[in-house]
Amino acid sequence: MLVEWVAWLMRTVAEFVLPFTASWTWIPWYTIALLHVAAILLVVISILTMFLVWLERKVSAHMQDRLGPMRVGGWHGWAQSIADGLKLLLKEDIIPAMADKPVFKIAPLLIFGATFMSFVVLPFSQNIIVSNLNIGVLFIYGISTVVVIGIIMAGWSSNNKWSLLGAMRSAAQLVSYEIPVGLSLLAGVVMAGSLSTVEISLAQSGGFWNWFIWRCFPFGFIAAVALYVGALAETNRTPFDLAEAESELVSGYHTEYSGFRWALFFLAEYANMFVASALVVILFLGGFSGIIPIAFVPDVIAGPFWFLSKTLFLVFVMMWIRWTLPRLRVDQLMGMCWKYLIPIALVNLGAIGLWTSMSG
Amino acid sequence: MGLETIFGSGFITSQLNKIINWGRKNSFFPLPFVTACCGMEFMATWGSHYDVARFGAELPRFSPRQSDLLMVVGTINHKIAPVLKRVYDQMCEPKWVIAFGACASSGGFYRNYATVQGIDRIIPVDVYIAGCPPRPEAVLEGLMLLQKKVEGEDVLNRGAPIMVNGQAYSEDRLVHVEPPVDHRADQVVASHEGPGVHPWQGFEETERR
Repeated sequence: MLVEWVAWLMRTVAEFVLPFTASWTWIPWYTIALLHVAAILLVVISILTMFLVWLERKVSAHMQDRLGPMRVGGWHGWAQSIADGLKLLLKEDIIPAMADKPVFKIAPLLIFGATFMSFVVLPFSQNIIVSNLNIGVLFIYGISTVVVIGIIMAGWSSNNKWSLLGAMRSAAQLVSYEIPVGLSLLAGVVMAGSLSTVEISLAQSGGFWNWFIWRCFPFGFIAAVALYVGALAETNRTPFDLAEAESELVSGYHTEYSGFRWALFFLAEYANMFVASALVVILFLGGFSGIIPIAFVPDVIAGPFWFLSKTLFLVFVMMWIRWTLPRLRVDQLMGMCWKYLIPIALVNLGAIGLWTSMSG
Repeated sequence: MGLETIFGSGFITSQLNKIINWGRKNSFFPLPFVTACCGMEFMATWGSHYDVARFGAELPRFSPRQSDLLMVVGTINHKIAPVLKRVYDQMCEPKWVIAFGACASSGGFYRNYATVQGIDRIIPVDVYIAGCPPRPEAVLEGLMLLQKKVEGEDVLNRGAPIMVNGQAYSEDRLVHVEPPVDHRADQVVASHEGPGVHPWQGFEETERR
């Protein structure tokens, strides 16, 4: 939607400047507009993830009665992420001699690219969305699975036992948790009757009592919690961060990565946290619709405000959980997924389907 | 011609140095190489009371590839020395080393066959922190000293030979360097072994004049 709008704007300007344009000119202009939107999205994601990294450091510090970064940039170390990024950009880039070089180089790009692409369907308001796909939820679900391939590529190509073990653990974990996440996503989709992220959000507009978390009570609530737990595991966050358990594996699948390649993993992790939280917000917490509808605030301001505040709150809860809970064991992790989460999500989905078909 | 004529030669490179060194000095990711009791003070420094996170240096990376600062915390004996050397070699440039405490700096009170008499016999050290073990304040002082050192570095010329004891030690930082022989300690040992003048007697006379 945003792409089309920018393309329209540029085309209009071009037609004003060049009166002799033919009908085929939309092709170059559309491409240029697409590149512009991609650049805007990249800047937004970079700023967002840098803010999240800073937030994580401050949140962890205050949870442990520390201060966290205080020196860089003046006010509460706000420039900490900028200093980190600058340092990582200029750090030596080592590719191990025995590594599978092309795969080693592609892996971080693949992971970051997949995360980047899931931002395409996040609705910041009814109109502020890059592309309103009618299969938005399915798109996020599918594209986030590509991350697994990137992780396995990183672990395998490093030619390092810690990397490989971390990658295998991570792959097992992500593939397992895809199932409860998918079942819980379907619960939201069944209630809205649509796969489009905008339409799901619109179906919950008009105040917090319309949110899907309260619908078919308590089944909507259970689906939301199952989705959030699954999202925690999908993003490799504590208590499910077995992929980079420092006490067992040095730092998991990205042990051999240095400099900016490693920074890409880092950025992708935080961007993934945002996407996972946003998915919970879109499906169960009303998306861009406010807690209480305020009629006179335009959608352009209210939408991004509510969407960002709800999503960032869920990201904060992820950090809260990380600095509170210890790490699970591998068997506990798998047991939790296969013995509890999947049956609960499955029965829950059946109940919601029945409820919706009976009432609707 | 451009900026250089207006602001003087070396303007761009000096500003570049400032910005890059600002980034580097404010985000040391340390690799804790903890072998002995200094680790307790290391933990105290990382804990809430002293909080090294204020300097942006709280994120320990256990993969040498991702760390900038090798903190050698504790006694290094000859058996662990090759491991330390290997970990140092695996780190990516730019990298710095802090010798944390007396044992890492000079062998401490382990003056015996088993202990490396200071890690600077194996790897180059940027900052030595004295103490057995050093108090957290001393650790923070050492970290701030390292920040000052990084501030003054020339980014484009980091590969230049580093001067140690008036000698440039080869184009490769990893080459083994023969440490300076500590004659004073040998004299003290000699004075305990038999009758003779106190080794510091001569110095005292010159001091009085």
